[in-house]
Amino acid sequence: MTRINLTVDGARVSDDVEPRTLLVHYLREQLGKTGTVIGCDTSNCGACTVHLDGTSVKSCNMLAVQADGHEVTTIEGLATDGELHPVQEAFRECHGLQCGYCTPGMIMQSVDLLKENPHPSEEEIRLGLEGNLCRCTGYHNIVKAVQHAAEHGGAGQSGGKHAAEVPAS
Amino acid sequence: MTATQERPAAEIGRDRRRKEDQRLITGRTRWTDNIVLPGMLHLAMVRSPFAHARITAIDTSAAKQATNVVGVFTGADFGESLGVNINAWPITPDQVAPVHSPMPTDRVAFAGEVVAVVVARSAAEARDAAELVDVDYDELPAALDLKAAAADEVLAHPDLGTNKSALWRFDSAEAGTGGNVDEAIAKARTDGIVIEREYRQQRLIPAFMEPRSVVVDPTGEQLTMWSATQIPHILRFALAATTGVPESKIRVIAPDVGGGFGGKLQTTPEEWIAWAVARRLGKPVKYTETRSESLLSGHHGRDQWQKLTLSAEKDGTVTGFKVELLADLGAYVSLVGGGVPVLGAFMFNAIYKFPAYQFNCQTVLTNKTWTDAYRGAGRPEATFAIERMMTELAAELGVDPLEIREKNWITHEEFPFTTVAGLEYDSGNYEAATARAKELFGYDELRAEQRRRREAGDTVQLGIGVSTFTEMCGLAPSRVLGQLDYGAGGWEHASVRMTATGKVEVAVGVSPHGQGHETAFSQIVADRLGVPFEDVEILHGDTQISHKGLDTYGSRSLVVGGEAVVRAADKVIEKARPIAAHLLEASVDDLEFAGGRFTVRGTDQGVGIGELATAVFTAHNLPDGVEPSLDSDATFDPVNFNYPHGTHLCAMEVDTETGQVRMRKYTCVDDIGNIINPLIVSGQVHGGLVQGIAQALWEEAVYDDAGTLVSGSFVDYLLPTAADTISFEIDHTTSPATTNTLGTKGVGEAGTIASTPAVVNAVVDAVRHLGVDDITMPCTPERVWRAINAAGSGGTTEGAAMPHFEAGGAAGNQETPGASSTQGGLQ
Repeated sequence: MTRINLTVDGARVSDDVEPRTLLVHYLREQLGKTGTVIGCDTSNCGACTVHLDGTSVKSCNMLAVQADGHEVTTIEGLATDGELHPVQEAFRECHGLQCGYCTPGMIMQSVDLLKENPHPSEEEIRLGLEGNLCRCTGYHNIVKAVQHAAEHGGAGQSGGKHAAEVPAS
Repeated sequence: MTATQERPAAEIGRDRRRKEDQRLITGRTRWTDNIVLPGMLHLAMVRSPFAHARITAIDTSAAKQATNVVGVFTGADFGESLGVNINAWPITPDQVAPVHSPMPTDRVAFAGEVVAVVVARSAAEARDAAELVDVDYDELPAALDLKAAAADEVLAHPDLGTNKSALWRFDSAEAGTGGNVDEAIAKARTDGIVIEREYRQQRLIPAFMEPRSVVVDPTGEQLTMWSATQIPHILRFALAATTGVPESKIRVIAPDVGGGFGGKLQTTPEEWIAWAVARRLGKPVKYTETRSESLLSGHHGRDQWQKLTLSAEKDGTVTGFKVELLADLGAYVSLVGGGVPVLGAFMFNAIYKFPAYQFNCQTVLTNKTWTDAYRGAGRPEATFAIERMMTELAAELGVDPLEIREKNWITHEEFPFTTVAGLEYDSGNYEAATARAKELFGYDELRAEQRRRREAGDTVQLGIGVSTFTEMCGLAPSRVLGQLDYGAGGWEHASVRMTATGKVEVAVGVSPHGQGHETAFSQIVADRLGVPFEDVEILHGDTQISHKGLDTYGSRSLVVGGEAVVRAADKVIEKARPIAAHLLEASVDDLEFAGGRFTVRGTDQGVGIGELATAVFTAHNLPDGVEPSLDSDATFDPVNFNYPHGTHLCAMEVDTETGQVRMRKYTCVDDIGNIINPLIVSGQVHGGLVQGIAQALWEEAVYDDAGTLVSGSFVDYLLPTAADTISFEIDHTTSPATTNTLGTKGVGEAGTIASTPAVVNAVVDAVRHLGVDDITMPCTPERVWRAINAAGSGGTTEGAAMPHFEAGGAAGNQETPGASSTQGGLQ
């Protein structure tokens, strides 16, 4: 077991983990952050996408110990003070989800995409979401949601509470 | 009594944002795998690596000794209490079907079958210990290729003596619904046109995003199963029927379910094993599959050879259509099993007035993963066959593919129309949908561009594909299902409960997994009862809350389940009427109900339905003999199927030098009757389109010659991404259904059913002038290139998959250019 200390959705956490534990398993099973889900075992689907220090990563693709000392934001920490992130709002507005299973990862990736490129073209959106699979929507309304978010305050917003903003516990 | 109450705007037809979304976009969901119970144990399955083998020994001792392992079980540890996985649709009385034990003890029949289960305190420890289970196998020859299996060359189940499971036939002359197809074909051979083709419906994997998961809690009086399933009610029935637990002691819950597409219309070995282990140990257990396990052992779809003969007069009037199918069941006859191709049996004649029709389907057992419903289930296969054939007929005659369709289709004046397959189509307007689609698509302009490119000899050619589909959905009239020997009915149930505070709870028997029932049904109830949309709560997926239902598949939830909701709501109004009259001191005959209020005709006196709910709750002042409840149930059994249709137009660009294909434009105009929520409908259409397009261009479950699934991960099974697809242009024409109050038709499967032939027709159209009349699905660049360069249909995928695992193995396994893939699968 290895001790790790990190910030998840604005809260400082500390746990003993097996060195082989994937970040996604740590988030789900030890922290109860079940908003982040697992869709495959080959890092193709992107359902488990979270932000590590503000940049999207597939949390099945790194070990929990690699997150030691870092800041993780999951879908559960994206809204601030009860206000949905503009990308979350856009997915609802544009019907960018059906079963919702890919949605946490799709939203986290979209947030990152808009941070890198605040006003992407349709092609840039499609390429930027290539690592996230959805089986329900045919992507049509996901693309629209990202476009909508770009026009409605989602551009360049990382979202979520960061360690500096919350009082030390 | 309040004199005024704000009347909500009409909800039906409104693009309401979904109620479901708040929890899904914030991660506050309850997927089955999220559930954690006190003392819960975790399961890992030990699976056969062989397609067909005798189990000679299973040594579990090392696994049992591993740290934190609680138990290791094989089928022998449970015996009959393990139950069996049932087939609910024996399509013929003499159907040959092997017994399907969830965990066989003597012989495995496909690679991925479970032979032992490990129970441990954590999922990781269970998986580690599963590696320690030592199973000895004697490998047996495996029946893999569908055509070879149909010839009984190798037996998938030696004890059965044959791989042929059932031969199902419909003949219009015998049924009295049309003429003799063989005579029509014979006549056409002398003085008409006969088109003969053989098409491959490749094997597909539903590939829902949420892997299947099951939790069983045996504590308490009821045994509770949470499962990522489309069918909680059928699951409860099957558990009771096969494991000896009374149905009243079983509670099944389908919580948030992450997609299904038919893939979660199953009762699975993993559910049965979890059930048995939890009962044995008296502790809650969880099993969640990996993606690889999901692709390997969750049921697959399609997998047919279609031999097709279409006869026509020289002017293009079709005189007969004969269909001979081989359908691969895989290793076992699954829940719906051979019923999947039979659901296509009535649809090969599609929107056309064929005078003679015959359908023959031989279902075949092989040593591959079992097959069952996948979005469309039987109808995509039928639509592909006829829409490819009508296009081939048009090519033979040198006319536009829309012209040949128009010559043969049912005109809108002819509805209701009884088809050669014996179905009565209630409504439709193929002319209107086609005209609108042509206009939106820019059909004439694209045809002109196509001509220009051909004349210029462009290396990138343009093809235009047409699919004028219809389908039968809304499963289904129970009487018809009975005639077809299906084991259950097709009714649906709903309960409307008026709470004391005037809120409305609606429990429905259909069980959503992404469709948006909570939103659409709330809209229906809001309009019907005149209450705010926000005041309606839709409850589903828990057999203790929605105690009756037949669940969600076959585009049935709105057209069958929604009608049950309407009828239950109407009963609430009728129960409220005498109470309203009593409170208003008026005669029942003088009351009108509108906008959620009963009013006395000609006065401003009125009472709202919410106030009546409160009055019933207190029950202080009710008329004599009236029960203090407005709550009402309804069970609706449709009298007919439901027949959406549409015209889909696809433009594909094909690089004739590389075989690369690119979708340029896709337009569809679907007639799905009246629309409850256009936003939800658009999502269903888009998603359906991509699944059908993916069959045409990308997806195939591929086995090697040892019976190993080589497309067993998302690295190898090609689901399309956002970067592979385009945005679509969709619209609707409206011919309301006449068989339900709201005039709705199903939309869940329409896109998938329609799009596959539209895409393949477009790809073939782009290169037909180069001598190509078919390209096997999926139309990979390699196949397209081969078809152009050797005028074949492009070869099989089996060979193409080899180099991934066998260096240098490619050439030997490739078909030689020019050989038709219709010679069979593995060569």
